[in-house]
Order: sequence, then structure tokens, then C-alpha cells
Amino acid sequence: MSERDAVLAQLAARRARIAGALTAAVMVLYFGFILLIAYAKPLLATQLRPGLSLGILLGALVIVISWALTWGYVRWANRHYDPALDELRK
Amino acid sequence: MALLFFFVFIAITLGITYWAARRTRTTEHFYAAGRSISARQNGFALAGDYMSAASFLGIAGLVSTTGFDGLIYSTGWLVGWPVVLFLIAEPLRNLGKYTFADVVALRLSAVPVRIAAALGTLATVVFYLIAQMVGAGSLIRLLFDIPFEAAVVITGAAMIVYVLFGGMLATTWVQIVKAGLLLGGATLLGGLVLARFSFDPTALFAAAAAQYGDAVLAPGKLVSSPLEAISLGMALMFGTAGLPHILMRFYTVPEARAARTSVFYATGLIGYFYLMTFVLGFGAMVLVGPEAIRAADAGGNMAAPLLAELLGGTPFLGFISAVAFATILAVVAGLTLSGAAALSHDLWVNVVRGGRSESDEELRVARYATVGLGVLAVALGVSLEGQNVAFMVALAFALAASANFPALVLAIFWPRLSTAGAVASMLTGTLSTLLLIWLSPTIQVDVLKHAAAWFPLKNPALVTIPLSFAVGILGSLLWPEPAAEARYRALARQMHLGHEGE
Repeated sequence: MSERDAVLAQLAARRARIAGALTAAVMVLYFGFILLIAYAKPLLATQLRPGLSLGILLGALVIVISWALTWGYVRWANRHYDPALDELRK
Repeated sequence: MALLFFFVFIAITLGITYWAARRTRTTEHFYAAGRSISARQNGFALAGDYMSAASFLGIAGLVSTTGFDGLIYSTGWLVGWPVVLFLIAEPLRNLGKYTFADVVALRLSAVPVRIAAALGTLATVVFYLIAQMVGAGSLIRLLFDIPFEAAVVITGAAMIVYVLFGGMLATTWVQIVKAGLLLGGATLLGGLVLARFSFDPTALFAAAAAQYGDAVLAPGKLVSSPLEAISLGMALMFGTAGLPHILMRFYTVPEARAARTSVFYATGLIGYFYLMTFVLGFGAMVLVGPEAIRAADAGGNMAAPLLAELLGGTPFLGFISAVAFATILAVVAGLTLSGAAALSHDLWVNVVRGGRSESDEELRVARYATVGLGVLAVALGVSLEGQNVAFMVALAFALAASANFPALVLAIFWPRLSTAGAVASMLTGTLSTLLLIWLSPTIQVDVLKHAAAWFPLKNPALVTIPLSFAVGILGSLLWPEPAAEARYRALARQMHLGHEGE
């Protein structure tokens, strides 16, 4: 295996680790929300202020955090993954 | 008034199609818009491809009649997008050409893999198309007062014209226009609602609770069985990452970096839209009222249009109705194109012709396939009038999640995947999903009116996704393919750096 191949293999492993961790994060986020709905109905009914139940807040947060995770990945990829690929292209 | 907007939209999209037709000469144009779509354009097109009338009218209706429970769907439809980004988008763009089967077949035996992948694709596309066509017929009848059959035929004809003549370029721009209309319409409608509550959403929710009780802000009966909810959630999350018409869009951008950025845009747009459904749903509940909504349509689909009529009169109702129609057209055009690609690129060129076919011939076959699928969709849509086909959307997601997603993930991340494993995984995913849906309460109790069902879950994804993964891994270990594993190592460069010289 050439040095280039070794660098590429290392980069591939790093991307797979990050992708796996982020996928796990979004699964925990969403299925955690579903399990709370199933097992903690009274908790989610709590109103933090009139009109804003914990359930509605968490539902909105699932959407916002999902998007934030895609932002985090794109930022990592633009800053670290792409420059490393450019090195390999040379 | 509604008809006016309807004809304006048709005229604009036919203009786009005429423009696109003159630029559609080769298969690369027909399937992939010449790979000329920018990341931002593709973000809008992905959003337009994905957000169906079910999510616009359906979720708004569900929230307006049940409150919080409807929001469970708003979140479920979004959470697949991060998975698309993390696992699929970039490797797919770098390894494939037109269909997701390209990626799976790349280092395996093409013929069996293409056949199995085309089966999964076509099953997903046909069930999704039926759901959209029947939904389109009922909605258009409701919104524009046109007979069901005529509505289905108009939808089918417009869809065939876009795809047949304008290919992916016309489909893309129809989807971009639709996404703009849908997001603009939802923003305007949401803004008008919030203006009545001094732009404070919690004041709106509080008004809903004051009128209909605190229960509307809390989980109700929808998630009574946790397993059921998790199964549906798995279908939505992993199905999004296996939908052929979504995956195909990643081939329309110039390179993997644009594919990546386009998912970020799409997730933001779709997420924003689903957050607006909170406002639209509760707005319709407070201002229109659940009784009036159910009286107009038992399924609640009229919540958003009625809200528009209340806040902006007949012109706004007409606009929102036209938006709903645009929404359906953009989705069915994308579906038809991905089905045509499976028939022409996967089955005709790579199976019948053994990979040796002229571009002209492939394009011709793709166009026949487009007409064939369009006519089939219209025929099925007309013949299923009045049937409850809402479950077919969930079925399409379960199929995509079980037949396509596991094989695709294994092909990308697991060097030891063999032809036997990939084919077994895709066939198992397709057949087990169809079988378990047939045995589920959805068909046995709701459709066939039997007292009980053999299989307890309405959505089988909880069983079928792990099963497809297990069969794919087991098949690869039992019938290993050292040559395919060696090719995986050789393709590592292409997976990350893309097609060299492109």
C-alpha cells in the first residue's frame, strides 16, 4: 500500500466514524422523542409558560437540532475533509 | 379564481418544459440535467421533490383536528435528511451515474443486482405514485370542483409532458418553482395567522388550549404502542435515504461537494416548512375550528385551504389550492423519472443489452418507460377512486427503507458485500415488506375488514430493515466474493475523490 493509499484509508475511516456518530445522534434524538411521547405523556404536557408545552418545544427542537447536525457535518467536511481530498488530488 | 391560478401554473410549467426540451438531447441531460444544477437549486428541488400534498394539507389537517399528535409526523418527515447527508449523498454522487443501483452494481455482478434493485425501485415508485394520484384526484375535486377521473388524467398528462419532453431539467425547475410557491404560501399564511397573535406562537398555542383544553398541547392517543411508533419512525427516517427519486437528484449536481451542500439547504427548507405546520395547524384549529374542518373533508385535508379563505378571501384560497396542485405535480414527475430510469438504465441497458447500448436507444426506451408508467399511474389512480390509499405512502417509505437503504449502505461502507448478499438483501426487503403489509392490520382490518391480523404492526419497518441488513451480511459471508472485495479497495479513491477527469 502506497503512502497515498494509507492517507486515503485513514481519511475514509475518519469520515465513516463521524458519519456514524452523527447518524447515531439523530437516531437518539428522534427515537428518544418518540419514547418520551410513549412513556412520559404527563411530563410532555407540562407547560413551561402558557401555551408552550414541553412536548411542543421538544418537537421543534428535534427539527432545529437535526438541521444543526447537518450544518456541523458540512462545516467539518468543508474545513477538513475537502482540503485533505485536495492534498490527495495533487 | 382557483382555476385561474391553476392555469397560470400549468402555463408556466409548460413554458419551462419547452425551454428544457430544447436542452435535453442525451441520456445525461434526460436523467441528470447535464449535471448542471447548482447546490442551492438542488436544495430547493430536493425540497420540492420531497414535500408532498400529504405533508402540506395532511399534517396541517391532523394538527388542526388532534393538536400535538399531528406534530409527531412533522418531526418524522424531517429526520431522514441528516441520514441522507451523513451516509449516502456524497458516496452516491461519486460512485454512480444515474440510479442508486449503479452504486450497488459497481463492484458486483451487474445483471442480478440490477434486476433486484429495479424491483425495489419500481415497487417503491408505483405505490408512492398510486398514493399521490388518488390523493391528487380527491384534492383537485375538492379544491377546483373538477370530477375525480378528469383530475387524475390532467395530473397524469401534465406529469408525462414534463418528464417526456423536458426530462430532469424540466422536472428540476417544476420542483424549484413548487418549493418556492409552497414555502412562500406557507410563510404568508403563517404570517397572517401570527399577526392575529402579535407574532407570538405561544399565544396562538395558548388560545388553542383555552378553547379546546390543555390536552391539545400534549401527546394524545396516536402513540399508544411504542413499537408501532418506532416502526413508523424507522420507515420515515431510513426510507427517506432510500427513495429512488430523491437519490437520483444527487446526480444532477456537478460534484460531491455540491451534493453535500444541497442536503444542508434542503434540510433547512423542509425543517422550516414543518415548523410552519405547527402554526398553520393550530391556526386552523383556533380560527376555523375542528368541526368546520371535518365537515369540509373527513380527513382534515381542507384545514389549510379553509384557513387561507378565512384570512385572505377567495383569491388566497385559489392561490393555496394551486400550490397544493403544484406540490403533487412536482412529486409525481420526480417519481416517474426515477421509475423510467430503473426501467431503461437498469433493466434495458444493463440487463437486456448487457451494458452495451447507444445513448439514443437508452433515451428512447426511457421515454417509452415514462409514457408507460404515466398511463399505469393514471389507470391505477382512476380504478382506486374512493379507496383509502393513505397507507401506501408509509408502505413506499417502508419499501425504500428495507429494499434499497440496507443494500446501499452495505455497498458503500462494507467491503465484503457480495453479489449474493446484495441481491438477497434487496429481494428480502421488497418481498418481506409487501408480505408483512398484506398481513398487517392496515390491510387485514382496515381494508379487508377482518377481525384481526396475523402481524401486529401497521408498518413493518421495525422487522424488515434489520432483516434486510442481516440477510445481506449473512449472504455475503456464506457466498463470499474476494474479487468484489478487491474492487472495493480499488474504488476507495473514486468514492472520495469522484469520477476522475470529470
